[in-house]
Amino acid sequence: MKPAPFDYRAPTTVEEALSHLAEHGYDAKVLAGGQSLIPMMNFRLVQPAMLVDLNNIPDLAYIHADEKGGLRLGALTRHHQVEVDPLVAAQIPLLHEAMPKIGYPQIRSRGTLGGSISHADPSAELAAVSVALNGRFRLRSPKGERWVPAQDFFVGLFSTVLEPDELLVEVALPTLPARTGWSILEVARRRHDFALVGVVAVVTLDGKGVCQQARMVFLSAGDRPMMAHRAADLLAGQAPTPEALRAAAELAASDEIDPSSDIHATAEFRRHLAKVLARRALDQACRRAAEKK
Amino acid sequence: MATTETTMPKLFELAVTVNGTCHEQAVEPRTLLSDFLRHDLGLTGTHVGCEHGVCGACTVLLDEEPVRSCLVFAVQAHGHTVTTVEGLGVIDQLHPVQEAFRQAHGVQCGFCTPGILTTVVAFLAENPDPGEEEIREALSGNLCRCTGYQHIVDAVRLAAQNMKTAHEQPAR
Repeated sequence: MKPAPFDYRAPTTVEEALSHLAEHGYDAKVLAGGQSLIPMMNFRLVQPAMLVDLNNIPDLAYIHADEKGGLRLGALTRHHQVEVDPLVAAQIPLLHEAMPKIGYPQIRSRGTLGGSISHADPSAELAAVSVALNGRFRLRSPKGERWVPAQDFFVGLFSTVLEPDELLVEVALPTLPARTGWSILEVARRRHDFALVGVVAVVTLDGKGVCQQARMVFLSAGDRPMMAHRAADLLAGQAPTPEALRAAAELAASDEIDPSSDIHATAEFRRHLAKVLARRALDQACRRAAEKK
Repeated sequence: MATTETTMPKLFELAVTVNGTCHEQAVEPRTLLSDFLRHDLGLTGTHVGCEHGVCGACTVLLDEEPVRSCLVFAVQAHGHTVTTVEGLGVIDQLHPVQEAFRQAHGVQCGFCTPGILTTVVAFLAENPDPGEEEIREALSGNLCRCTGYQHIVDAVRLAAQNMKTAHEQPAR
């Protein structure tokens, strides 16, 4: 037994969970799937005095369509459920394609959507995908609730706008508009290991095949999901020629990410990977957009 | 980081069904499921390798889903069912997956085997007729440092074939 001692609560309603969080403040940690928190506790990198376990709140696990064709996903929905859900595959194929890239099968049967997003690991696929899709998160506290756009949620390394008495309860992801393609690509040393670098691209073409709008978000390339605004602006209004895609990928990789060096890769190598992956992802997204009438 | 005063740890009453037997026991919340199985129940078939969710040796089935037992607290199994390698089969009557691993030499030192067996049992329940790529994908969360995986992949394929045949010819 390795984690430091802690006290434990297993509420059965969101209200009860929120009251525990309000009572214990920064001393409490929320336990969802535990696939990032428990390793850190085993190493004693974190030693929370109190764990508030959400796993007995079944109301927090669901996937359903909203009135605009997007999806609402409960924060406790497990990765494996998302991975095999036919509604997700049909409505948000980018999310469907991202799911098998998360951890390993055993991690995905336990890990949760809300847990991964709240943990805010800059290498997390779900963080980058929710930003690329313009998703929104519903946060609840004893005082009420608020909606936060995914791109404003992540504020730094493992840091979000979540207050200690707040809980991420729902993720809203819109369905992609017409003539819109997507791509998620990453490079890891070992299958399913944390990506050295990854990229999510979403591109909308107009009726003539000209790029109307693009979004590109990198993972493992900075302290949070890194959105390449200027590269996206550069593409808008242009035909998606190989030269245009290459120029956008180069701009994004040189100016809009902030990768670091560690034992797995140098920052320089990560920039190189980002450039190559971005070009391939834009190309794939454009091809898919052209196929989708 | 919050510091806590040293007091007697609070214990939680745990009732969990492991391999078909219900166990009631008081545990500290910080007790990992892997340690509970090994130390409290003496089920040492579940092996503990890395204790941070990389090696897969400690994989057990929690409500028939494969999970890493080093990344679940024992208290979280309260009211649930756990299957360990001991619950799959016995020496005289191996589980078809165990039998296939024996036949195809999918075992070398054996350390990773319990986690692989539980993973494969859950995998074949969901995907009874997998291709090689799917098998390798299913095994991606289990490290083996002996066999180089080829015999393990062969064993999974053999298990799938044998289980399919048994399913098609149930009467003997």
